[in-house]
Amino acid sequence: MINKSLAELSVGLQTGKFSSVELTQHYLDRIAKYDGEINSFITVTDERALAMAKTADEQIANGSATALTGIPMAHKDIFCTDGVRTSAGSKMLDNFIAPYNATVVEKLNRAGMPMLGKTNMDEFAMGSSNENSYYGPCKNPWDLERVPGGSSGGSAAVVAAKLAPVATGTDTGGSIRQPASLTGITGIKPTYGRVSRYGIIAYASSLDQAGIFASSAADSALLTQAMAGFDPKDSTSVDIPVPDYSATLNDSLAGLKIGLPKEYFEEGLNSEVAKIIEAAIEEYKKLGAEIVEISLPNTHLAIPAYYVIAPAEASSNLSRFDGVRYGYRCEDPVDLTDMYMRSRGEAFGREVKRRIVTGTYALSAGFYDAYYLKAQKIRRLVSEDFQKAFEQVDVIMGPVAPDTAFKLGEKTSDPISMYLGDIYTIALNLAGLPGMSIPAGMANNMPVGLQIIGNMFTESKLLNVAHQYQQATDWHTQMPEKYVAEEK
Amino acid sequence: MALSPEEVKKIAFLARLSIKEENIEQYSQDLSRVLDLVEQMDAANVDDVEPMAHPQDAMQRLRADAVTEVNQREKLMSNAPLQENGLFLVPKVLD
Repeated sequence: MINKSLAELSVGLQTGKFSSVELTQHYLDRIAKYDGEINSFITVTDERALAMAKTADEQIANGSATALTGIPMAHKDIFCTDGVRTSAGSKMLDNFIAPYNATVVEKLNRAGMPMLGKTNMDEFAMGSSNENSYYGPCKNPWDLERVPGGSSGGSAAVVAAKLAPVATGTDTGGSIRQPASLTGITGIKPTYGRVSRYGIIAYASSLDQAGIFASSAADSALLTQAMAGFDPKDSTSVDIPVPDYSATLNDSLAGLKIGLPKEYFEEGLNSEVAKIIEAAIEEYKKLGAEIVEISLPNTHLAIPAYYVIAPAEASSNLSRFDGVRYGYRCEDPVDLTDMYMRSRGEAFGREVKRRIVTGTYALSAGFYDAYYLKAQKIRRLVSEDFQKAFEQVDVIMGPVAPDTAFKLGEKTSDPISMYLGDIYTIALNLAGLPGMSIPAGMANNMPVGLQIIGNMFTESKLLNVAHQYQQATDWHTQMPEKYVAEEK
Repeated sequence: MALSPEEVKKIAFLARLSIKEENIEQYSQDLSRVLDLVEQMDAANVDDVEPMAHPQDAMQRLRADAVTEVNQREKLMSNAPLQENGLFLVPKVLD
């Protein structure tokens, strides 16, 4: 069951080969069996999943099902889920029961997908290793001594170990693409504004975007289809029609122009990773693509600008956690200021505090022009680099991360080295562009992802380009031996 | 640029964030390194560049000034750390 595509699962459900209750139970059994060591879930919602599966079976029986009805999935614990704890990986929200559904959750509920649970993540999506979680680190299913990446590490691990067919994530600086790369699965971060942010606990609002993890581009197309679209509840949601992402998957890549930014292949890139990316590019040449060398000259400025913009927006967004209306409150506050300070000081983890202080400093009186305004100007330079490149090419390709998954604890004492690992993913968030990571090979027994970057609202093209590679290769079908199940 | 322990305390207070005394020094070092990273921005000439606040340079959309949310007071209050008679309780503000 676990190696079936979403389309195959759908056929199985529609033709009565298995029920949604059976399928959902199968995944719940896998979670019970394997997640103790992986720690990919913060909350498993068995009862709700089975109740939703029962409803799905009824919909299938009475003919009101969609293509996704009955297929179970998992949500990153940053999406508000009505009546279910939504923690954002933080002690601050350990007792927070969301009173409403995020639009993404609402849409996938309506599509009839049973929710298996809420997945582990770096606290408030701040991190690249999933080690900044109040619920303990999530492990990489390929090697339990290594990180799955972050911040959506739980969702990536869930799909990599096939504890769910698909899972949602969010990507503010690489938080979908990097964990997808490190765990050997397919991940897509759509264009800023393509998927509603309503009900997603905010980190950096001008960068945050929801997306998904799946086992293939074809599966990604189906789920992205169900999630994308205009939402009046999100003021930056974009009101343009959503194309049929599955319809163009089989388009030929003959004549496709692929840009390779020279800045993405300079020092700092692991040579084994570089070889795998080069081999993937060779594969694309066989599929008829033309390679164009391009330059994104402001790449080196993206990380500095990001570490102003993201903390500044975070310091503002996280000011809502005051211990008054929801979330953690310290014991016996002596006055209001003491309550604010200790509630926040005791409940936020170290990386979150670091970013709040950085952001507060950047926005404080006298520093706005030197930091936030300057970073926004650099943001435009970074964006213009991409726009110039897209005058010449259809998509841009390169590595997702400079290296394969690192060991737990390896970078925790050095936040800057962790930040620098996001060199190839961050620029895209600043520019608001869509990006994917697809598995392209293995280095030292760990997966390596190929990044595919497109211009605004070209998700169809990205999915098509990814799908064609997956028709010609089988890297996306690999999974960690340990979790290959005995099939029923 | 270095951020002194005193400055860290001041900024943490602005953010209403208590940081343990014994950790201030570490924060001061970490934040100084973050600022060093951020100062790489100084290499760029951005004199004539328009700041970019939003990836699509979109304007904030307006909506009709009408109530669209349903009243779910009890549900929302159920997350409150401390409440009485449907009101949030906080430490005494006025003497």
